[in-house]
Amino acid sequence: MHNTKTQDTLVGLFVASGIAALFYMAMQVSNLGSYTGGETYTIIAQFQNSGGLKIKSPVSVAGVRIGRVSSIRLDKDSHESIVEMQIESQYNNLPDDSGASIYTAGLLGEQYVSIDPGPGISGEFLKDRSKIDNVSSAIILEEMIGKFLMNKADSK
Amino acid sequence: MFQLFESLGQSTRGSFAKLGRSSLFLLNTLAGVPDTMTRPTLLVKQLFSVGVLSFLIITISGLFVGMVLGLQGFYTLSDFGAEESLGVMVAASLVRELGPVVSALLFAGRAGSALTAEIGLMKATEQLSGMEMMAVDPIKRIISPRFLAGFISTPLLAALFSTIGVIGGHMVGVGMLGVDDGAFWAQMQASIDFQQDIINGVIKSIVFGFVVSWIALFEGYDTIPTAEGVSRATTRTVVNSAFAVLGLDFILTALMFGDI
Repeated sequence: MHNTKTQDTLVGLFVASGIAALFYMAMQVSNLGSYTGGETYTIIAQFQNSGGLKIKSPVSVAGVRIGRVSSIRLDKDSHESIVEMQIESQYNNLPDDSGASIYTAGLLGEQYVSIDPGPGISGEFLKDRSKIDNVSSAIILEEMIGKFLMNKADSK
Repeated sequence: MFQLFESLGQSTRGSFAKLGRSSLFLLNTLAGVPDTMTRPTLLVKQLFSVGVLSFLIITISGLFVGMVLGLQGFYTLSDFGAEESLGVMVAASLVRELGPVVSALLFAGRAGSALTAEIGLMKATEQLSGMEMMAVDPIKRIISPRFLAGFISTPLLAALFSTIGVIGGHMVGVGMLGVDDGAFWAQMQASIDFQQDIINGVIKSIVFGFVVSWIALFEGYDTIPTAEGVSRATTRTVVNSAFAVLGLDFILTALMFGDI
């Protein structure tokens, strides 16, 4: 039988390693490490078609993630998709004439919103609940293939 | 004919009686848990025999399960040119399913059977009734510390299993098969959600720890106090724990990840 002191130490080491493993999973395996948890502000964009965009999809500028999609709903009057995005407060200098487009990461990958900073003619920045006017919708692969096949058939 | 009905009724009554006894046993055990908190030496001793001694089997199994997942996942995913998703596959299957389930099954085999045999032999050698004679409540003194130790150890063991498994998958996928290191971790972090995956996995292992400890201790306490009875009780612990873990896993998965 082990003496009590070594036993206590081993139990302590066991519990510590278990908690360390949980911590490792949280930080290294899951997305918790990439959360800033800080202040955010919301911007809105209205797309004709938001495709396969999901809540929590990334929002990026020049390939750098600056926020996440927080809600997607249908506008009843225009039958368009209204996408709300939470942007980290440190990126509060996006010009108000910026554009938003939905791209796909890779050919079949996840869809994300890319914000293209505008020239900033008015000198104003996007604020909380401001709306992006200059948008381009998701590219739907099936539509593209359909159009391509139609063009082929027409040109013959 | 009458005999058939008689035996059928008897076994039905027997199983209900057992369910009732095990529920009462659980209530008494839970009632004894606060007393255990005030006597940490008993708890530490059980944590040692239940947790620390299971450490090696859990980590080694976790390593090999992760390595096999890396190998098999790579062969399947490379058919679709999606080797970069190997990290997601390994981590998701470990964190959601294999970590909690396999560690609970190993725990039942390694620690649960030992608990049943220990308590069964205590009963067979009349140590439990001896304690009662000395006005020591055997449930508070013997059962509750073991229950609490099992309940605490399983989530920790499951977390260790998953973590070592992910490292094993990384060793095989990135080290041997040449998956890109950055893509392995980045895709994993993009797809594994802390709340949805990690927390649910931990909840699963807590439930499994509760059930396996309960079954193991009850079978020991309820054993027929003979050599044969103890051996049967030990077998029942492993078999019933496996059923309970796998069945509960289906229900929990459907509740957590399904849209039912």
